[in-house]
Amino acid sequence: MGGAVRGTALEGEAAVATVRELGVQESKAHRRWRLLEDRWTRNLMAAGGVAVIITILLIFVYLLYVVLPLFASASIQPAASYPVPGGPAETLSLCTEEYAEIGLRLTGDGRAVFFKTRDGQVISDERLALPEGVRITAHAAGDPHAATLSVGLSNGTALVFRHRYSVSFPNDVRTLRPEITFPLGPAPLVIDTDGRPLIHLAVQSQDRQTTLAAVTEDGRLLVTSFAVTRSLLEEGETITRQAATIPGENGPITHLALGLLQRELYTASGDGSIHYYDVTKKTAPTLVDKIGAVGHGQTVTTMQFLSGGISLLVGDSAGGITQWFPVRDDRQSYSLSRARSFSAQTHPITRIAPEFFRKGFAAIDGSGTLGLYHTTAERTLLVQRIIESPADSPVEAVAMSPRADALLVEDGASRLRFFRIHNEHPEVSWHSLWGRVWYESREHPEYLWQSSAATGDFEPKFSLTPLALGTLKAAVYAMLFAVPMAIMGAIYTGYFMSAGMRQIVKPSIEVMGALPTVILGFLAGLWLAPFVEANLAGVFALPIVVPAAVLLAAYLWSRLPEALCRRVPEGSEAALLLPVVAAAIFTALVAGEWLEAMLFAGDMPGWLTRELGIPFDQRNSLVVGIAMGFAVIPPIFTISEDAIFSVPRHLTLGSLALGATPWQTLTRVVILTASPAIFSAVMIGLGRAVGETMIVLMATGNTPIMDWNPFQGFRALSANIAVEMPESEVNSTHYRVLFLAALVLFLATFLFNTVAEVVRQRLRERYSQL
Amino acid sequence: MTGRADLKEWVRTGSPWVWLTAGTVSLSLCMVVGLLLLIAVNGMGHFWPGRIAAIDYREPDGTRIKLYGEIVDREEVPAARLEENGYRLPDGVVTGERLLIKTGNRDVYGLDFRWIAAPGMERIDYPPALLAVEREEWGNAYGYLVEVRENGRAITTSDTDGPPLAEVQARLDRKQALKEQIAHLERGRIGAVSHAIEQLRLEGRTLELRGQPDPGALQALKDERLALEAEYERLRAELVALGHEIERDSLQLRLAGGEDLTIPLAKVVRVYRPNEMGTFDKLGHYLTKLAEFVADGPREANTEGGIFPAIFGTVLMVLIMSLLVAPFGVVAAVYLREYAKQGPLTRTIRIAVNNLAGVPSIVYGVFGLGFFVYFVGGNIDRVFFPESLPAPTFGTPGLLWASLTLAILTVPVVIVATEEGLARIPVDIREGSLALGATKAETLWRIVLPMASPALMTGLILAVARAAGEVAPLMMVGVVKLAPSLPVDGNFPFLHLDRKIMHLGFHIYDVGFQSPNVEAARPLVYATALLLVIIVVVLNLAAIRIRNQLREKYRASEH
Repeated sequence: MGGAVRGTALEGEAAVATVRELGVQESKAHRRWRLLEDRWTRNLMAAGGVAVIITILLIFVYLLYVVLPLFASASIQPAASYPVPGGPAETLSLCTEEYAEIGLRLTGDGRAVFFKTRDGQVISDERLALPEGVRITAHAAGDPHAATLSVGLSNGTALVFRHRYSVSFPNDVRTLRPEITFPLGPAPLVIDTDGRPLIHLAVQSQDRQTTLAAVTEDGRLLVTSFAVTRSLLEEGETITRQAATIPGENGPITHLALGLLQRELYTASGDGSIHYYDVTKKTAPTLVDKIGAVGHGQTVTTMQFLSGGISLLVGDSAGGITQWFPVRDDRQSYSLSRARSFSAQTHPITRIAPEFFRKGFAAIDGSGTLGLYHTTAERTLLVQRIIESPADSPVEAVAMSPRADALLVEDGASRLRFFRIHNEHPEVSWHSLWGRVWYESREHPEYLWQSSAATGDFEPKFSLTPLALGTLKAAVYAMLFAVPMAIMGAIYTGYFMSAGMRQIVKPSIEVMGALPTVILGFLAGLWLAPFVEANLAGVFALPIVVPAAVLLAAYLWSRLPEALCRRVPEGSEAALLLPVVAAAIFTALVAGEWLEAMLFAGDMPGWLTRELGIPFDQRNSLVVGIAMGFAVIPPIFTISEDAIFSVPRHLTLGSLALGATPWQTLTRVVILTASPAIFSAVMIGLGRAVGETMIVLMATGNTPIMDWNPFQGFRALSANIAVEMPESEVNSTHYRVLFLAALVLFLATFLFNTVAEVVRQRLRERYSQL
Repeated sequence: MTGRADLKEWVRTGSPWVWLTAGTVSLSLCMVVGLLLLIAVNGMGHFWPGRIAAIDYREPDGTRIKLYGEIVDREEVPAARLEENGYRLPDGVVTGERLLIKTGNRDVYGLDFRWIAAPGMERIDYPPALLAVEREEWGNAYGYLVEVRENGRAITTSDTDGPPLAEVQARLDRKQALKEQIAHLERGRIGAVSHAIEQLRLEGRTLELRGQPDPGALQALKDERLALEAEYERLRAELVALGHEIERDSLQLRLAGGEDLTIPLAKVVRVYRPNEMGTFDKLGHYLTKLAEFVADGPREANTEGGIFPAIFGTVLMVLIMSLLVAPFGVVAAVYLREYAKQGPLTRTIRIAVNNLAGVPSIVYGVFGLGFFVYFVGGNIDRVFFPESLPAPTFGTPGLLWASLTLAILTVPVVIVATEEGLARIPVDIREGSLALGATKAETLWRIVLPMASPALMTGLILAVARAAGEVAPLMMVGVVKLAPSLPVDGNFPFLHLDRKIMHLGFHIYDVGFQSPNVEAARPLVYATALLLVIIVVVLNLAAIRIRNQLREKYRASEH
């Protein structure tokens, strides 16, 4: 390009020089002005042209820029390290508040120590009110959103409490004040009426219902539930207690986990088996399923719920982590199923810390290695040794911050290590976008698109497969209708039609292509869809009746006296056929109504559903196919027609001169010559069908289902973007996935169009050679 | 025998295939014409006053009721469906008719449309005295005029069968005048005062953001604000007085069920008796409604009234887009064709530009939202409008971003068309100009561009036509269902590029598919669609005409 610019500059100077040599009187100033003008124009054009081209490239670059972070892996940086705040007692559990500014350490001697995560400075050190002579023998944490903690005591009682943080702004400085509250009162609750120490504990507390599961020193498994009721008349609250003992355990229980809704209880035994109990009825728990969770010779080393409290994460002594959840089978009975497993770590998994809002978790193994995982996406985002010196292992306690951006770890040398995590979009992987994914509580792996829901710990389902299939379905039905119509029309218009008629037909079809798609969509949804439903048989009769009527008319025409035929100029068959086609459409619809009354009791859609079991939506793919045909026929028609019309005359004349009929000339010469252009026309039509938005948005139900039934709707990529983009939060995973959908559309249409363009340019060169 | 031989011969010539291909052309034409007719008939019919029928109807359970309303649709349904609803049809009849009646009075009956079965209709007539009342809310009301009230007291008239329509009309005219006063006050003076108050707030915020505000300046702002607030209160009082004035009159309507309905005249748009109107009256009514449609704002969640803001928004957006797209498109085309070195790179760029014309418009919308609105707009807000944050100024969809997105969407169209025009100019003309001593720039400005101007126009017209009909990207970058104010008004800087706008195409989508009362909205959508189709078709035909003339011109110059 630079060369070209220099070249033209020389040309300009040469031109002015020529003028001078010719002796034309011209002032020096004027000459300079002209040169300046020439240079400025050149610079302006170059700058403007390059700017526009760069802007156009920017689209692609920007889409990619937004999409790429989806596939970035996680990273972790140490932020601080300090001796455990609050003295050298055993740490039972660690927590942080939402922004990971304050940490909580629950110690074995019954203290709750709040400290600043930045430097370990103690904010408050509260001693839990334990009865005299009683020590803590077990501890448990409930669902992190409720921030419930519990300790089991040596006298068979347990204490349930929460940690809370209130924000205030004294002197305009944001200050957090931590506190401990007791939803069931500060007195310990009786779990074991025999008063034996509790050695394992699990707790969940929601609204007014709290359930605890415990294993006593002598191996009994107890479920105790407390419901708080507030009576209208009396002051204060009453607590009702329900309890049951679950009999029959194989081997000593090593881990307990209680479901968020307080309906499922899982126990892990020393032999590596997991029992699944239904504790909906607190007085009569039942065993639902029993499974072997780990490989031969291995044991369960940790068991935790994933956020949402549905999936169980089981870490084993070989460094593997498996995800389990109850799945309902055909007979409505539940069994615990293994959805997926991770095996990136090699040492026994000692701690699992789930994220609060997403389906991700952190796992630490015996070697001090941290793994960051996401279950839905089946992604291993990071495996990194965070505690180097073997003496510091094993990890004593770990806490994930609610926003999943920080991690608090206590190492074996009684030091707390505070890490910052950068892990923006773990939910998306190639597999979760395009493959079958086994989502929580679903019966089997499947393709699903469900991007948002009311609850925070919902598992987003970002499978683009049903959307891409919807796009494809729309395109296929549209092409089935449009390609034959457009190509046959182009053949007639480009080869047989008289010049006068062609001047009318071509603009008409071009106008058809210019119709705003919102109008096509509106008519398809509000007029065509009910019309097709009411005249389904007639619509099916159309492709039979119309061609039959055309052929019949043609044959009758050929039988007419020749003198009459000659009066009508050649190449005006289409005009003659107009009334025939109109009449045929009318006849088909009337006949369809009659057929429908005779064969389908006047209601063909109902008949389809009743007799054949084919569901029928009013706004379905058939309607979209027809409506989109309006949008796709014109580009295919115009490009093919141009190619057919510009096939060199000497080729066709030669063929005719050798005795071929016009039809033979057409099929053996014209179409063969123009076929690359027809192919590129189809590609361009396909590109348009794939990207079309308003028609698919308005003429389908927009449900992301996967099938090829022409009587049902679909949700296309483009319509999905149009529906969800305005509500999507900027830079969230959902936002970026929508950008990815746009990028997919962009690339698909760009591919189709480039193929078409290259083919067309080749053809143009061949024509110029002929 | 000869017949069969003839048939064979006829098939052998390929003639049936030719006719079949001809049939597809006819079918395509039928489809285009049918579609345009469908829109035209439905769109034009909307404003014609329909007769109000008084129907005696027997419900399936045998109760007899009276219905007033317009018959808007009829359809044949399977007999089984009617029989499910309790109507017996004679044996052997498989379909029965049902009618859609617009009964109006949504505030009384809950619904303003109902289907009735033809077999249940016992008597139907069109009494001339039936009155249609078009209201600003709750849709139409149908019934007999019982009395006109002033301050809640009936006006005595000499007429025995209710007060004359002229009485209502006179009071309606008075109400209309008051309403205009109110609108003038609200939009003009009150609007200006609230705008000034908002400006003062922003000024104060700017001073705060700079830190260490001068107490004198703050006091001045405060004084000014107090003065403006006093002015505002005064105008407010004036408005309230006008409001009382406008609520003086009401009319009493006897509905089909026999109950009376009081309708405040302030809420009435017009009253008419369609059954006693002659053709010319109806034509007058038609034209009034048409004018209202084009020139007024929408009512009732866009399902009634006019679409002026949508027309205005569409035109303004397309205008701004054209201002952007014409120079840049032409410059890019000239650069590619006249200045850039022709080689593989230019060819690649040309293919890319061609392809961009085929990239789905929704992709441009996504780009516009992410890049223009959130990235560029967000940064503009941070740099130039920190005083109004966190409320975004340009960091939210608006007119400017809609126009820019459309400009990027249509720039390939202009480039391709202009380039085609430039390519058609014979080389000898350019060389002739250069040979006579003109510089390249002079050749470009005086010879090449004027000759290519029809192609340029074609490109621009096609771009405008595409932009006018485009909806999908606009839903994301600045078009809304109901914009509170037009993007142009009397407050500085007069043209508000940051405001959201209404748009004809989006109006069709929104009213046709998001409206709670689709049945009532449908005629208006057809009318809007008709308007949009006319705009787009006229623009396209113009472009095609210009292009054809251009081709003729150069074909002549080539020989």
